[in-house]
Amino acid sequence: MAKVAIKKTSEIRAEYYRPNSFPTIWCPGCGIGNVVASMVRAIDTVGLKHDDTVVVTGIGCSGIIYNYLNFDAYHGIHGRAIPVAVGLKLANPRLNVIVPMGDGDSSAIGGNHLIHAARRNIDITAIVVNNSTYGNTGGQFSPLTPTGSITTTSPFGNIENSFDLCELAKGAGATYVARGATYYSRQMIDLIANGIRHKGFSLIEVISQCPVQYGRRNKLPTAVDLLKWQKENTVSVTRAKTMSPEELKGKFIIGELVNIEAPDQEYTARYERLIEKARSGGKS
Amino acid sequence: MPVKVCAVTIDQAVCKQCGICVAFCPKDVLVADKEGQVEVAYLEECSGCLMCELLCPELAINVDIAE
Ligand code: SF4
Ligand code: SF4
Ligand code: SF4
Repeated sequence: MAKVAIKKTSEIRAEYYRPNSFPTIWCPGCGIGNVVASMVRAIDTVGLKHDDTVVVTGIGCSGIIYNYLNFDAYHGIHGRAIPVAVGLKLANPRLNVIVPMGDGDSSAIGGNHLIHAARRNIDITAIVVNNSTYGNTGGQFSPLTPTGSITTTSPFGNIENSFDLCELAKGAGATYVARGATYYSRQMIDLIANGIRHKGFSLIEVISQCPVQYGRRNKLPTAVDLLKWQKENTVSVTRAKTMSPEELKGKFIIGELVNIEAPDQEYTARYERLIEKARSGGKS
Repeated sequence: MPVKVCAVTIDQAVCKQCGICVAFCPKDVLVADKEGQVEVAYLEECSGCLMCELLCPELAINVDIAE
């Protein structure tokens, strides 16, 4: 992977964040701040222009991301960030549409939208901040909460199996799928940058920390505990290949999982061809 | 050639004292005082790895490395 050139944080703040963004509304140590910083650094690395970039968010703690950034943005309704993003992209395929969402927003309320956007392979970049809980509404379990976790709606331990969101996106037809973790910030920047560059539907899941609503209930009360947990429970794609299914149980594989280059199969490109065909009376 | 570091600056008005930078600095350059305020205690040890800068969720740290 290409080495990321690290721009000064003071420059990043001045260029991409609105004045008076800091301190943010997020709790001390919240990983959303990490994901946004990496997303912005990825945008900077790829060199996207402010005027050609739109950020669409949903609801929840991650829903507020748009508020801090110097981009045109749309704060969608719960679970509907992707439909808004798809609409924007179809109306103006020139736009770079980036959609940061929480785990609940993207996989429960908006799960259906996510799989169909992946199936259509439309060129938007979905970033899922996976902190294993609905932080904003009081720490309920989401479809990505690990089995056994204590949450306000699973006080004796979550009995549900969680989705592997990356596998789900892959199965649905996403052409770029990656998983990162907030602890591995340089890798996260790379993964998001490659997702933005990719022509087609990109999903980047980022394992993130919510110390207040999730960690506190699961013997990982601080951001530091949760980041240490990430170090112990993530394995790289390369290392995972050498491990048995038993060894991989409960571990999160991080890195690039799918990268299929087929720009002509992207949805707006297909749609463009359809328009041409209709204009020529269905002949071409 | 070892990296020469000029300064590690912490925006105290923004820092939420989450402790991430203190815990993960590989050189133990940063120290939190009793109130949790982060101080740059051992600047001479800093390797310029940028770990603290990249891990701060509030973008409160700037590491300036001399060219
Ligand atoms: S509740 Fe959790 S996700 Fe929400 S701001 Fe606080 S730490 Fe972050
Ligand atoms: S990581 Fe940032 S917010 Fe947290 S203690 Fe260090 S400077 Fe403060
Ligand atoms: S740049 Fe690296 S060595 Fe220097 S203070 Fe930050 S984390 Fe520590």
